[in-house]
Amino acid sequence: MKLYNGGKIIAGMVAFLIAVTFPFWYGRGKTVSPPDLKLDTPTIEQLKEKRCVEPAAYMRASHMKLLVAWREGAVREGIRSYTATDGRAFQVSLTGTCLGCHSNKDKFCNRCHDYTGSKPACWSCHIIPEEVR
Amino acid sequence: MKNLGISLFAIAVLVTVSVGATSAGWSGLLTIVIPYAALAVFLIGFVTRVFRWTKSPVPFRIPATCGQQASLPWIRRNPLDCPSSLAGVIGRMFMEVFLFRSLFRNTEMEIAGQRPVYGSAKWLWFFGLLFHWSLLIIVVRHLRFFLEPIAAWVNTLAAIDGFFEIGSPTLYLTDAALLAGLTFLFFRRAVAPRLRYISLVTDYFALLLIMGVATTGLLMRHFFPADLLAVKNLALGWVTFAPTIPKGVGPVFSIHLLFVCALLAWFPFSKLMHMGGVFLSPTRNLANDNRMNRHVNPWNAPVKVHTYEEYEDEFRDKMKLAGLPLEKE
Ligand code: HEC
Ligand code: HEC
Ligand code: HEC
Ligand code: HEM
Repeated sequence: MKLYNGGKIIAGMVAFLIAVTFPFWYGRGKTVSPPDLKLDTPTIEQLKEKRCVEPAAYMRASHMKLLVAWREGAVREGIRSYTATDGRAFQVSLTGTCLGCHSNKDKFCNRCHDYTGSKPACWSCHIIPEEVR
Repeated sequence: MKNLGISLFAIAVLVTVSVGATSAGWSGLLTIVIPYAALAVFLIGFVTRVFRWTKSPVPFRIPATCGQQASLPWIRRNPLDCPSSLAGVIGRMFMEVFLFRSLFRNTEMEIAGQRPVYGSAKWLWFFGLLFHWSLLIIVVRHLRFFLEPIAAWVNTLAAIDGFFEIGSPTLYLTDAALLAGLTFLFFRRAVAPRLRYISLVTDYFALLLIMGVATTGLLMRHFFPADLLAVKNLALGWVTFAPTIPKGVGPVFSIHLLFVCALLAWFPFSKLMHMGGVFLSPTRNLANDNRMNRHVNPWNAPVKVHTYEEYEDEFRDKMKLAGLPLEKE
Protein backbone atom coordinates (compact mmCIF):
# COMPACT_ATOMS: atom_id res chain seq x y z
CA MET A 1 0.00 0.00 0.00
CA LYS A 2 1.49 3.26 -1.08
CA LEU A 3 0.54 6.53 0.60
CA TYR A 4 0.86 9.75 -1.33
CA ASN A 5 1.96 12.76 0.70
CA GLY A 6 1.57 10.41 3.66
CA GLY A 7 3.81 12.42 5.96
CA LYS A 8 1.87 15.65 5.64
CA ILE A 9 -1.52 13.97 5.85
CA ILE A 10 -0.58 11.91 8.90
CA ALA A 11 0.71 15.06 10.60
CA GLY A 12 -2.58 16.77 9.80
CA MET A 13 -4.60 13.85 11.13
CA VAL A 14 -2.62 13.78 14.39
CA ALA A 15 -3.20 17.52 14.83
CA PHE A 16 -6.91 17.00 14.13
CA LEU A 17 -7.23 14.17 16.64
CA ILE A 18 -5.43 16.12 19.35
CA ALA A 19 -7.61 19.18 18.74
CA VAL A 20 -10.89 17.23 18.78
CA THR A 21 -10.00 15.32 21.94
CA PHE A 22 -8.69 18.45 23.67
CA PRO A 23 -11.20 18.23 26.58
CA PHE A 24 -9.93 14.73 27.35
CA TRP A 25 -6.36 16.01 27.64
CA TYR A 26 -7.46 18.98 29.68
CA GLY A 27 -9.33 16.74 32.12
CA ARG A 28 -6.69 14.01 32.23
CA GLY A 29 -6.00 12.76 35.75
CA LYS A 30 -8.42 15.23 37.30
CA THR A 31 -11.39 14.27 39.37
CA VAL A 32 -13.67 17.24 39.35
CA SER A 33 -16.33 17.41 42.02
CA PRO A 34 -19.38 19.59 41.49
CA PRO A 35 -19.33 22.94 43.30
CA ASP A 36 -20.12 22.90 46.99
CA LEU A 37 -23.19 25.13 47.24
CA LYS A 38 -23.40 26.47 50.78
CA LEU A 39 -26.87 26.81 52.27
CA ASP A 40 -25.62 27.61 55.77
CA THR A 41 -26.51 31.31 55.93
CA PRO A 42 -28.00 32.70 59.18
CA THR A 43 -31.40 33.29 57.58
CA ILE A 44 -31.66 29.82 56.11
CA GLU A 45 -30.45 28.23 59.38
CA GLN A 46 -33.39 29.86 61.13
CA LEU A 47 -35.95 28.50 58.66
CA LYS A 48 -38.20 25.77 60.02
CA GLU A 49 -38.56 24.20 56.62
CA LYS A 50 -35.56 24.64 54.38
CA ARG A 51 -37.40 25.60 51.26
CA CYS A 52 -36.63 28.01 48.49
CA VAL A 53 -39.19 30.23 46.83
CA GLU A 54 -40.20 27.39 44.55
CA PRO A 55 -39.19 23.70 44.68
CA ALA A 56 -35.42 23.23 44.47
CA ALA A 57 -35.48 21.34 41.16
CA TYR A 58 -37.40 24.18 39.52
CA MET A 59 -35.13 26.81 41.08
CA ARG A 60 -31.97 25.07 39.95
CA ALA A 61 -32.95 25.02 36.29
CA SER A 62 -35.29 27.99 35.99
CA HIS A 63 -34.45 30.68 38.57
CA MET A 64 -33.48 33.03 35.75
CA LYS A 65 -36.97 32.70 34.29
CA LEU A 66 -38.42 33.53 37.68
CA LEU A 67 -36.13 36.52 38.12
CA VAL A 68 -36.89 37.89 34.71
CA ALA A 69 -40.62 37.51 35.36
CA TRP A 70 -40.13 39.35 38.67
CA ARG A 71 -38.22 42.12 37.00
CA GLU A 72 -40.68 42.59 34.18
CA GLY A 73 -43.60 42.56 36.62
CA ALA A 74 -41.98 44.99 39.04
CA VAL A 75 -40.59 47.46 36.56
CA ARG A 76 -43.41 47.51 34.02
CA GLU A 77 -46.52 46.76 36.07
CA GLY A 78 -45.50 47.59 39.62
CA ILE A 79 -46.17 44.09 40.96
CA ARG A 80 -44.07 43.99 44.12
CA SER A 81 -45.20 40.78 45.71
CA TYR A 82 -45.09 37.21 44.53
CA THR A 83 -47.13 34.29 45.74
CA ALA A 84 -45.32 30.99 45.41
CA THR A 85 -47.10 27.85 44.25
CA ASP A 86 -47.34 26.67 47.85
CA GLY A 87 -49.02 29.90 48.97
CA ARG A 88 -46.14 31.71 50.72
CA ALA A 89 -45.77 35.37 49.81
CA PHE A 90 -42.43 36.96 48.92
CA GLN A 91 -41.40 40.50 48.28
CA VAL A 92 -40.19 40.91 44.68
CA SER A 93 -36.56 41.86 45.13
CA LEU A 94 -33.35 40.48 43.80
CA THR A 95 -31.16 41.86 46.56
CA GLY A 96 -33.69 41.77 49.37
CA THR A 97 -35.29 38.38 48.84
CA CYS A 98 -32.82 36.12 47.03
CA LEU A 99 -29.75 37.49 48.72
CA GLY A 100 -31.68 37.88 51.94
CA CYS A 101 -31.66 34.14 52.34
CA HIS A 102 -28.67 33.42 50.12
CA SER A 103 -26.52 36.11 51.70
CA ASN A 104 -23.42 34.09 50.83
CA LYS A 105 -23.50 35.02 47.14
CA ASP A 106 -19.82 34.09 46.68
CA LYS A 107 -20.29 30.60 48.01
CA PHE A 108 -23.67 29.97 46.42
CA CYS A 109 -24.69 31.88 43.31
CA ASN A 110 -21.14 32.55 42.10
CA ARG A 111 -19.85 29.02 42.60
CA CYS A 112 -22.56 27.61 40.39
CA HIS A 113 -22.32 30.39 37.81
CA ASP A 114 -18.54 30.02 37.52
CA TYR A 115 -18.91 26.27 37.15
CA THR A 116 -21.48 26.55 34.36
CA GLY A 117 -19.86 29.56 32.73
CA SER A 118 -22.77 31.96 33.12
CA LYS A 119 -22.25 35.60 33.91
CA PRO A 120 -25.43 37.35 35.06
CA ALA A 121 -24.94 41.04 34.41
CA CYS A 122 -27.16 42.27 37.21
CA TRP A 123 -24.69 43.42 39.81
CA SER A 124 -23.52 46.54 38.03
CA CYS A 125 -26.82 48.05 39.22
CA HIS A 126 -28.19 45.78 41.92
CA ILE A 127 -26.51 45.78 45.31
CA ILE A 128 -24.73 42.86 46.91
CA PRO A 129 -25.32 43.46 50.66
CA GLU A 130 -21.94 42.24 51.92
CA GLU A 131 -20.09 44.55 49.57
CA VAL A 132 -21.85 47.69 50.82
CA ARG A 133 -20.94 47.07 54.42
CA MET B 1 -40.10 16.56 -2.43
CA LYS B 2 -39.55 12.88 -1.75
CA ASN B 3 -35.98 13.55 -0.61
CA LEU B 4 -37.11 16.32 1.72
CA GLY B 5 -39.82 14.04 3.10
CA ILE B 6 -37.38 11.23 3.85
CA SER B 7 -35.07 13.66 5.68
CA LEU B 8 -37.91 15.06 7.76
CA PHE B 9 -38.96 11.52 8.57
CA ALA B 10 -35.42 10.65 9.73
CA ILE B 11 -35.43 13.70 12.03
CA ALA B 12 -38.81 12.67 13.44
CA VAL B 13 -37.46 9.17 14.11
CA LEU B 14 -34.54 10.64 16.07
CA VAL B 15 -36.90 12.75 18.20
CA THR B 16 -39.11 9.73 18.86
CA VAL B 17 -36.16 7.55 19.81
CA SER B 18 -34.88 10.19 22.19
CA VAL B 19 -38.23 10.80 23.88
CA GLY B 20 -39.03 7.09 23.91
CA ALA B 21 -35.70 6.08 25.41
CA THR B 22 -35.98 8.74 28.12
CA SER B 23 -39.45 7.71 29.16
CA ALA B 24 -38.51 4.03 29.04
CA GLY B 25 -35.81 4.80 31.59
CA TRP B 26 -32.92 4.16 29.24
CA SER B 27 -31.15 7.39 30.15
CA GLY B 28 -27.85 5.57 30.53
CA LEU B 29 -28.00 4.45 26.93
CA LEU B 30 -28.83 7.96 25.76
CA THR B 31 -26.37 9.91 27.89
CA ILE B 32 -23.40 7.56 28.15
CA VAL B 33 -23.36 4.64 25.71
CA ILE B 34 -24.52 6.47 22.58
CA PRO B 35 -22.29 9.55 23.06
CA TYR B 36 -19.14 7.46 23.48
CA ALA B 37 -20.11 5.24 20.55
CA ALA B 38 -20.85 8.25 18.35
CA LEU B 39 -17.53 9.88 19.18
CA ALA B 40 -15.67 6.65 18.42
CA VAL B 41 -17.44 6.28 15.07
CA PHE B 42 -16.66 9.90 14.27
CA LEU B 43 -12.96 9.71 15.07
CA ILE B 44 -12.27 6.30 13.55
CA GLY B 45 -14.50 6.96 10.55
CA PHE B 46 -12.92 10.34 9.86
CA VAL B 47 -9.37 9.06 10.01
CA THR B 48 -10.15 5.95 7.95
CA ARG B 49 -11.77 7.97 5.24
CA VAL B 50 -8.84 10.36 4.99
CA PHE B 51 -6.44 7.42 4.82
CA ARG B 52 -8.43 6.02 1.94
CA TRP B 53 -7.91 9.30 0.13
CA THR B 54 -4.18 9.17 0.89
CA LYS B 55 -3.95 6.09 -1.31
CA SER B 56 -4.96 7.98 -4.46
CA PRO B 57 -1.97 9.30 -6.34
CA VAL B 58 -1.98 12.93 -7.38
CA PRO B 59 0.61 12.85 -10.13
CA PHE B 60 0.23 16.20 -11.80
CA ARG B 61 -0.33 19.76 -10.84
CA ILE B 62 -3.81 20.76 -11.94
CA PRO B 63 -3.52 24.39 -12.96
CA ALA B 64 -7.19 25.28 -12.51
CA THR B 65 -6.17 28.72 -11.46
CA CYS B 66 -7.68 32.12 -11.47
CA GLY B 67 -4.61 34.21 -12.16
CA GLN B 68 -1.57 34.54 -14.33
CA GLN B 69 1.08 31.99 -13.51
CA ALA B 70 4.74 32.77 -12.90
CA SER B 71 6.47 32.94 -16.27
CA LEU B 72 8.55 35.72 -17.80
CA PRO B 73 9.63 38.44 -15.42
CA TRP B 74 7.84 41.20 -17.33
CA ILE B 75 4.47 39.45 -17.27
CA ARG B 76 2.64 40.42 -14.14
CA ARG B 77 1.81 37.30 -12.17
CA ASN B 78 -0.75 36.56 -9.48
CA PRO B 79 1.08 34.85 -6.63
CA LEU B 80 -2.03 34.10 -4.56
CA ASP B 81 -4.39 32.73 -7.18
CA CYS B 82 -1.69 30.92 -9.11
CA PRO B 83 1.03 30.21 -6.58
CA SER B 84 4.31 28.67 -7.58
CA SER B 85 5.73 28.24 -4.08
CA LEU B 86 4.77 26.69 -0.78
CA ALA B 87 4.14 30.09 0.82
CA GLY B 88 1.75 30.95 -2.00
CA VAL B 89 -0.09 27.65 -1.55
CA ILE B 90 -0.44 28.27 2.18
CA GLY B 91 -1.87 31.69 1.39
CA ARG B 92 -4.34 30.23 -1.08
CA MET B 93 -5.40 27.46 1.30
CA PHE B 94 -5.87 29.97 4.09
CA MET B 95 -8.16 32.09 1.94
CA GLU B 96 -10.02 28.99 0.86
CA VAL B 97 -10.54 27.43 4.29
CA PHE B 98 -11.23 30.58 6.28
CA LEU B 99 -12.84 32.86 3.71
CA PHE B 100 -14.23 30.49 1.03
CA ARG B 101 -12.45 32.43 -1.70
CA SER B 102 -13.47 30.21 -4.57
CA LEU B 103 -17.12 30.45 -3.56
CA PHE B 104 -16.71 34.22 -3.63
CA ARG B 105 -16.21 33.89 -7.39
CA ASN B 106 -19.57 32.18 -7.76
CA THR B 107 -21.42 33.51 -10.81
CA GLU B 108 -24.94 33.34 -12.01
CA MET B 109 -25.96 32.91 -15.64
CA GLU B 110 -29.17 34.19 -17.11
CA ILE B 111 -30.46 34.31 -20.63
CA ALA B 112 -31.25 37.92 -21.43
CA GLY B 113 -32.92 38.10 -24.81
CA GLN B 114 -30.87 35.64 -26.82
CA ARG B 115 -27.56 35.87 -25.01
CA PRO B 116 -26.26 34.49 -21.75
CA VAL B 117 -25.40 37.15 -19.21
CA TYR B 118 -23.13 36.41 -16.26
CA GLY B 119 -23.45 38.27 -13.01
CA SER B 120 -21.86 37.89 -9.62
CA ALA B 121 -23.75 35.85 -7.01
CA LYS B 122 -22.46 36.46 -3.52
CA TRP B 123 -25.40 35.37 -1.37
CA LEU B 124 -24.31 31.75 -1.16
CA TRP B 125 -20.83 32.83 -0.16
CA PHE B 126 -22.14 35.24 2.44
CA PHE B 127 -24.59 32.89 4.14
CA GLY B 128 -22.25 29.94 3.80
CA LEU B 129 -19.49 31.85 5.55
CA LEU B 130 -21.91 33.12 8.20
CA PHE B 131 -23.11 29.60 8.88
CA HIS B 132 -19.71 27.96 9.12
CA TRP B 133 -18.13 30.60 11.35
CA SER B 134 -21.12 30.60 13.67
CA LEU B 135 -21.04 26.84 13.95
CA LEU B 136 -17.35 26.90 14.82
CA ILE B 137 -17.79 29.58 17.48
CA ILE B 138 -20.78 27.78 18.99
CA VAL B 139 -18.88 24.51 19.21
CA VAL B 140 -15.92 26.28 20.87
CA ARG B 141 -18.26 28.02 23.31
CA HIS B 142 -19.64 24.63 24.31
CA LEU B 143 -16.23 23.87 25.79
CA ARG B 144 -17.58 25.56 28.91
CA PHE B 145 -19.33 22.29 29.68
CA PHE B 146 -16.21 20.19 29.10
CA LEU B 147 -13.48 22.18 30.85
CA GLU B 148 -13.08 22.81 34.58
CA PRO B 149 -11.86 25.40 35.34
CA ILE B 150 -13.26 27.00 32.20
CA ALA B 151 -10.38 28.31 30.09
CA ALA B 152 -10.34 32.11 30.04
CA TRP B 153 -10.54 32.33 26.26
CA VAL B 154 -13.79 30.35 26.23
CA ASN B 155 -15.37 32.88 28.59
CA THR B 156 -13.94 35.76 26.56
CA LEU B 157 -15.41 34.33 23.39
CA ALA B 158 -18.81 33.98 25.08
CA ALA B 159 -18.59 37.54 26.38
CA ILE B 160 -17.85 38.90 22.91
CA ASP B 161 -20.58 36.75 21.39
CA GLY B 162 -23.13 38.02 23.90
CA PHE B 163 -21.81 41.56 23.74
CA PHE B 164 -25.15 43.29 23.20
CA GLU B 165 -26.78 41.58 26.21
CA ILE B 166 -30.10 41.29 24.47
CA GLY B 167 -32.56 39.49 26.73
CA SER B 168 -31.79 37.29 29.68
CA PRO B 169 -29.96 34.95 29.34
CA THR B 170 -28.10 36.91 26.71
CA LEU B 171 -28.79 36.13 23.09
CA TYR B 172 -25.61 34.99 21.41
CA LEU B 173 -25.12 36.69 18.05
CA THR B 174 -23.74 33.49 16.54
CA ASP B 175 -27.01 31.71 17.38
CA ALA B 176 -28.97 34.22 15.34
CA ALA B 177 -26.37 34.12 12.57
CA LEU B 178 -26.41 30.32 12.49
CA LEU B 179 -30.17 30.25 12.08
CA ALA B 180 -30.04 32.92 9.38
CA GLY B 181 -27.38 30.96 7.49
CA LEU B 182 -29.20 27.65 7.81
CA THR B 183 -32.49 29.16 6.74
CA PHE B 184 -30.94 30.58 3.59
CA LEU B 185 -29.11 27.35 2.75
CA PHE B 186 -32.28 25.34 3.29
CA PHE B 187 -34.59 27.54 1.25
CA ARG B 188 -32.03 27.75 -1.52
CA ARG B 189 -32.46 24.01 -1.99
CA ALA B 190 -36.14 23.74 -1.20
CA VAL B 191 -37.38 26.64 -3.32
CA ALA B 192 -35.15 27.10 -6.37
CA PRO B 193 -36.41 24.46 -8.87
CA ARG B 194 -32.99 23.69 -10.38
CA LEU B 195 -31.44 23.16 -6.96
CA ARG B 196 -34.38 21.10 -5.75
CA TYR B 197 -33.85 18.86 -8.76
CA ILE B 198 -30.26 18.06 -7.77
CA SER B 199 -30.82 17.88 -4.00
CA LEU B 200 -30.65 14.47 -2.41
CA VAL B 201 -31.65 13.11 0.97
CA THR B 202 -28.19 13.77 2.40
CA ASP B 203 -28.33 17.42 1.36
CA TYR B 204 -31.56 18.07 3.21
CA PHE B 205 -30.71 15.80 6.12
CA ALA B 206 -27.46 17.62 6.87
CA LEU B 207 -29.22 20.96 7.01
CA LEU B 208 -32.25 19.74 8.93
CA LEU B 209 -30.14 17.88 11.48
CA ILE B 210 -27.99 20.92 12.24
CA MET B 211 -31.16 23.03 12.34
CA GLY B 212 -32.56 20.57 14.85
CA VAL B 213 -29.44 20.84 17.00
CA ALA B 214 -29.56 24.63 16.91
CA THR B 215 -33.30 24.83 17.58
CA THR B 216 -33.19 22.51 20.58
CA GLY B 217 -30.16 24.41 21.90
CA LEU B 218 -31.95 27.74 21.63
CA LEU B 219 -35.10 26.27 23.19
CA MET B 220 -33.02 25.17 26.17
CA ARG B 221 -31.33 28.51 26.54
CA HIS B 222 -34.31 30.76 26.15
CA PHE B 223 -37.50 28.82 26.80
CA PHE B 224 -37.16 25.48 28.61
CA PRO B 225 -34.03 25.83 30.75
CA ALA B 226 -32.04 22.68 31.31
CA ASP B 227 -30.22 22.11 34.57
CA LEU B 228 -26.78 23.18 33.40
CA LEU B 229 -25.19 21.98 36.64
CA ALA B 230 -26.26 18.44 35.77
CA VAL B 231 -25.20 18.92 32.14
CA LYS B 232 -21.74 20.03 33.16
CA ASN B 233 -21.40 17.12 35.59
CA LEU B 234 -22.31 14.78 32.75
CA ALA B 235 -19.90 16.35 30.26
CA LEU B 236 -17.04 16.39 32.76
CA GLY B 237 -17.86 12.76 33.53
CA TRP B 238 -17.38 11.92 29.85
CA VAL B 239 -13.99 13.55 29.54
CA THR B 240 -12.67 12.07 32.79
CA PHE B 241 -14.07 8.63 31.88
CA ALA B 242 -16.26 8.56 34.95
CA PRO B 243 -19.69 9.42 33.58
CA THR B 244 -22.80 9.35 35.75
CA ILE B 245 -26.38 9.32 34.55
CA PRO B 246 -27.80 12.82 35.09
CA LYS B 247 -31.16 13.36 36.73
CA GLY B 248 -33.72 15.78 35.43
CA VAL B 249 -31.91 17.36 32.52
CA GLY B 250 -35.15 17.49 30.59
CA PRO B 251 -36.40 16.13 27.29
CA VAL B 252 -35.08 19.01 25.19
CA PHE B 253 -31.55 18.23 26.29
CA SER B 254 -32.04 14.55 25.41
CA ILE B 255 -33.14 15.48 21.92
CA HIS B 256 -30.28 17.98 21.53
CA LEU B 257 -27.80 15.31 22.58
CA LEU B 258 -29.19 12.58 20.34
CA PHE B 259 -29.15 14.97 17.37
CA VAL B 260 -25.51 15.78 18.08
CA CYS B 261 -24.64 12.07 18.37
CA ALA B 262 -26.43 11.35 15.10
CA LEU B 263 -24.47 14.17 13.49
CA LEU B 264 -21.16 12.82 14.79
CA ALA B 265 -21.84 9.23 13.80
CA TRP B 266 -23.13 10.12 10.36
CA PHE B 267 -20.39 12.64 9.63
CA PRO B 268 -17.66 10.31 8.26
CA PHE B 269 -20.09 8.73 5.80
CA SER B 270 -21.56 11.94 4.50
CA LYS B 271 -20.72 14.91 2.37
CA LEU B 272 -19.81 16.70 5.59
CA MET B 273 -16.39 15.10 5.12
CA HIS B 274 -15.61 18.15 3.01
CA MET B 275 -14.25 19.39 6.34
CA GLY B 276 -11.25 17.14 5.82
CA GLY B 277 -11.50 17.04 2.07
CA VAL B 278 -10.98 20.73 1.51
CA PHE B 279 -7.38 20.33 2.64
CA LEU B 280 -6.82 17.65 0.03
CA SER B 281 -8.25 19.51 -2.98
CA PRO B 282 -5.64 19.15 -5.72
CA THR B 283 -6.72 22.31 -7.50
CA ARG B 284 -6.13 24.30 -4.32
CA ASN B 285 -3.22 22.67 -2.54
CA LEU B 286 -0.74 22.16 -5.35
CA ALA B 287 1.60 24.89 -6.52
CA ASN B 288 1.35 25.52 -10.24
CA ASP B 289 5.02 24.94 -11.02
CA ASN B 290 4.62 22.73 -14.07
CA ARG B 291 7.01 24.90 -16.04
CA MET B 292 9.71 24.82 -13.36
CA ASN B 293 9.75 21.24 -12.15
CA ARG B 294 9.23 17.98 -13.93
CA HIS B 295 6.47 15.87 -12.40
CA VAL B 296 6.66 12.21 -13.32
CA ASN B 297 3.55 10.10 -13.28
CA PRO B 298 4.09 7.55 -10.51
CA TRP B 299 2.19 4.77 -12.26
CA ASN B 300 3.90 5.04 -15.62
CA ALA B 301 4.56 1.49 -16.77
CA PRO B 302 8.27 0.84 -17.31
CA VAL B 303 8.57 1.21 -21.10
CA LYS B 304 11.43 -0.61 -22.82
CA VAL B 305 13.16 1.99 -24.94
CA HIS B 306 16.09 1.76 -27.27
CA THR B 307 17.74 5.17 -27.43
CA TYR B 308 19.68 6.42 -30.42
CA GLU B 309 22.93 6.24 -28.45
CA GLU B 310 22.33 2.54 -27.77
CA TYR B 311 21.37 2.02 -31.40
CA GLU B 312 24.59 3.61 -32.57
CA ASP B 313 26.64 1.53 -30.10
CA GLU B 314 25.02 -1.58 -31.49
CA PHE B 315 25.53 -0.83 -35.16
CA ARG B 316 28.60 1.40 -35.09
CA ASP B 317 30.78 -0.91 -37.15
CA LYS B 318 28.16 -1.48 -39.82
CA MET B 319 27.29 2.20 -40.03
CA LYS B 320 30.95 3.09 -40.36
CA LEU B 321 31.35 0.62 -43.17
CA ALA B 322 28.34 2.04 -44.97
CA GLY B 323 29.78 5.55 -44.55
CA LEU B 324 26.87 6.85 -42.44
CA PRO B 325 27.49 9.90 -40.22
CA LEU B 326 28.04 9.06 -36.55
CA GLU B 327 27.61 11.11 -33.44
CA LYS B 328 30.43 9.35 -31.62
CA GLU B 329 33.42 7.90 -33.42
C1 HEC C 1 -28.98 49.02 34.19
C2 HEC C 1 -29.12 48.68 35.57
C3 HEC C 1 -29.79 47.34 35.87
C4 HEC C 1 -29.34 46.10 35.53
C5 HEC C 1 -28.09 45.72 34.76
C6 HEC C 1 -30.29 45.17 36.09
N1 HEC C 1 -31.29 45.84 36.73
FE1 HEC C 1 -32.85 45.01 37.72
N2 HEC C 1 -33.56 46.82 38.14
C7 HEC C 1 -32.97 48.00 37.81
C8 HEC C 1 -33.82 49.08 38.26
C9 HEC C 1 -33.53 50.57 38.07
C10 HEC C 1 -34.95 48.49 38.88
C11 HEC C 1 -36.14 49.18 39.53
C12 HEC C 1 -35.95 49.24 40.98
C13 HEC C 1 -37.25 49.53 41.69
O1 HEC C 1 -38.14 50.11 41.07
O2 HEC C 1 -37.31 49.15 42.85
C14 HEC C 1 -34.74 47.05 38.81
C15 HEC C 1 -35.62 46.13 39.36
C16 HEC C 1 -35.42 44.78 39.33
C17 HEC C 1 -36.26 43.82 40.01
C18 HEC C 1 -37.44 44.06 40.88
C19 HEC C 1 -37.14 44.97 42.06
C20 HEC C 1 -35.96 44.67 42.92
O3 HEC C 1 -35.63 45.41 43.83
O4 HEC C 1 -35.28 43.65 42.72
C21 HEC C 1 -35.73 42.58 39.74
C22 HEC C 1 -36.23 41.24 40.23
C23 HEC C 1 -34.59 42.80 38.88
N3 HEC C 1 -34.43 44.12 38.64
C24 HEC C 1 -33.83 41.78 38.38
C25 HEC C 1 -32.67 41.96 37.61
C26 HEC C 1 -31.88 40.89 37.11
C27 HEC C 1 -32.16 39.41 37.33
C28 HEC C 1 -30.86 41.46 36.44
C29 HEC C 1 -29.72 40.74 35.70
C30 HEC C 1 -30.10 39.82 34.66
C31 HEC C 1 -31.03 42.90 36.51
N4 HEC C 1 -32.15 43.17 37.22
C32 HEC C 1 -30.16 43.80 35.94
C33 HEC C 1 -31.78 48.18 37.15
C34 HEC C 1 -31.01 47.17 36.62
C1 HEC D 1 -36.69 31.73 52.28
C2 HEC D 1 -35.29 31.73 51.95
C3 HEC D 1 -34.93 31.68 50.49
C4 HEC D 1 -35.19 32.62 49.57
C5 HEC D 1 -35.98 33.92 49.70
C6 HEC D 1 -34.59 32.16 48.35
N1 HEC D 1 -34.00 30.95 48.55
FE1 HEC D 1 -33.10 29.82 47.17
N2 HEC D 1 -32.96 28.30 48.44
C7 HEC D 1 -33.31 28.35 49.79
C8 HEC D 1 -33.13 27.04 50.35
C9 HEC D 1 -33.42 26.67 51.81
C10 HEC D 1 -32.68 26.20 49.32
C11 HEC D 1 -32.38 24.69 49.41
C12 HEC D 1 -33.65 23.99 48.98
C13 HEC D 1 -33.53 22.50 48.86
O1 HEC D 1 -32.39 22.01 48.81
O2 HEC D 1 -34.58 21.86 48.84
C14 HEC D 1 -32.57 27.02 48.14
C15 HEC D 1 -32.16 26.56 46.89
C16 HEC D 1 -31.94 27.36 45.81
C17 HEC D 1 -31.39 26.92 44.57
C18 HEC D 1 -31.01 25.50 44.18
C19 HEC D 1 -29.65 25.17 44.74
C20 HEC D 1 -29.25 23.74 44.48
O3 HEC D 1 -28.95 23.06 45.43
O4 HEC D 1 -29.22 23.35 43.32
C21 HEC D 1 -31.29 28.02 43.75
C22 HEC D 1 -30.75 28.08 42.33
C23 HEC D 1 -31.81 29.14 44.50
N3 HEC D 1 -32.17 28.71 45.74
C24 HEC D 1 -31.90 30.42 43.99
C25 HEC D 1 -32.65 31.40 44.59
C26 HEC D 1 -33.03 32.63 43.95
C27 HEC D 1 -32.61 33.06 42.54
C28 HEC D 1 -33.82 33.31 44.80
C29 HEC D 1 -34.53 34.64 44.57
C30 HEC D 1 -35.61 34.54 43.63
C31 HEC D 1 -33.91 32.51 46.01
N4 HEC D 1 -33.19 31.38 45.84
C32 HEC D 1 -34.61 32.89 47.15
C33 HEC D 1 -33.78 29.46 50.46
C34 HEC D 1 -34.21 30.61 49.86
C1 HEC E 1 -27.38 25.32 40.60
C2 HEC E 1 -26.57 26.32 39.98
C3 HEC E 1 -26.97 27.78 40.16
C4 HEC E 1 -27.15 28.47 41.32
C5 HEC E 1 -27.00 27.94 42.74
C6 HEC E 1 -27.51 29.80 40.94
N1 HEC E 1 -27.54 29.91 39.57
FE1 HEC E 1 -28.14 31.53 38.53
N2 HEC E 1 -27.84 30.54 36.80
C7 HEC E 1 -27.43 29.23 36.70
C8 HEC E 1 -27.42 28.84 35.33
C9 HEC E 1 -26.99 27.47 34.80
C10 HEC E 1 -27.87 29.94 34.58
C11 HEC E 1 -28.11 30.01 33.06
C12 HEC E 1 -26.90 30.47 32.33
C13 HEC E 1 -26.99 30.23 30.83
O1 HEC E 1 -28.01 29.77 30.31
O2 HEC E 1 -25.98 30.50 30.21
C14 HEC E 1 -28.12 30.98 35.55
C15 HEC E 1 -28.57 32.24 35.20
C16 HEC E 1 -28.88 33.21 36.10
C17 HEC E 1 -29.37 34.50 35.75
C18 HEC E 1 -29.66 35.01 34.35
C19 HEC E 1 -28.35 35.16 33.62
C20 HEC E 1 -28.34 36.05 32.40
O3 HEC E 1 -27.41 35.91 31.63
O4 HEC E 1 -29.24 36.86 32.25
C21 HEC E 1 -29.53 35.18 36.91
C22 HEC E 1 -30.04 36.61 37.06
C23 HEC E 1 -29.14 34.33 37.99
N3 HEC E 1 -28.74 33.13 37.47
C24 HEC E 1 -29.15 34.70 39.33
C25 HEC E 1 -28.80 33.85 40.36
C26 HEC E 1 -28.76 34.25 41.75
C27 HEC E 1 -29.11 35.61 42.27
C28 HEC E 1 -28.38 33.15 42.45
C29 HEC E 1 -28.17 33.01 43.93
C30 HEC E 1 -29.28 33.37 44.75
C31 HEC E 1 -28.17 32.07 41.50
N4 HEC E 1 -28.43 32.55 40.25
C32 HEC E 1 -27.78 30.81 41.85
C33 HEC E 1 -27.08 28.39 37.73
C34 HEC E 1 -27.19 28.71 39.07
C1 HEM F 1 -22.30 19.91 16.96
C2 HEM F 1 -22.36 20.16 18.21
C3 HEM F 1 -23.35 21.14 18.85
C4 HEM F 1 -23.98 22.22 18.31
C5 HEM F 1 -23.89 22.77 16.89
C6 HEM F 1 -24.80 22.80 19.37
C7 HEM F 1 -25.59 23.94 19.21
C8 HEM F 1 -26.18 24.61 20.25
C9 HEM F 1 -26.77 25.92 20.17
C10 HEM F 1 -26.86 26.75 18.89
C11 HEM F 1 -27.22 26.27 21.40
C12 HEM F 1 -27.89 27.58 21.80
C13 HEM F 1 -27.13 28.32 22.87
C14 HEM F 1 -25.66 28.55 22.65
O1 HEM F 1 -25.27 28.88 21.52
O2 HEM F 1 -24.88 28.35 23.59
C15 HEM F 1 -26.91 25.16 22.28
C16 HEM F 1 -27.20 25.12 23.64
C17 HEM F 1 -26.90 24.06 24.46
N1 HEM F 1 -26.20 22.91 24.13
FE1 HEM F 1 -25.47 22.47 22.34
N2 HEM F 1 -24.67 22.04 20.50
C18 HEM F 1 -23.78 21.03 20.23
C19 HEM F 1 -23.33 20.05 21.11
C20 HEM F 1 -23.73 19.93 22.43
C21 HEM F 1 -23.30 18.89 23.33
C22 HEM F 1 -22.34 17.75 22.99
C23 HEM F 1 -23.90 19.13 24.53
C24 HEM F 1 -23.75 18.31 25.79
C25 HEM F 1 -23.00 18.70 26.76
C26 HEM F 1 -24.71 20.33 24.39
C27 HEM F 1 -25.45 20.93 25.38
C28 HEM F 1 -26.11 22.14 25.27
C29 HEM F 1 -26.82 22.79 26.36
C30 HEM F 1 -26.97 22.25 27.78
C31 HEM F 1 -27.30 24.00 25.86
C32 HEM F 1 -28.08 25.07 26.62
C33 HEM F 1 -27.15 26.16 27.01
C34 HEM F 1 -27.81 27.28 27.79
O3 HEM F 1 -28.91 27.09 28.33
O4 HEM F 1 -27.20 28.34 27.87
N3 HEM F 1 -24.59 20.78 23.08
N4 HEM F 1 -26.30 24.16 21.55
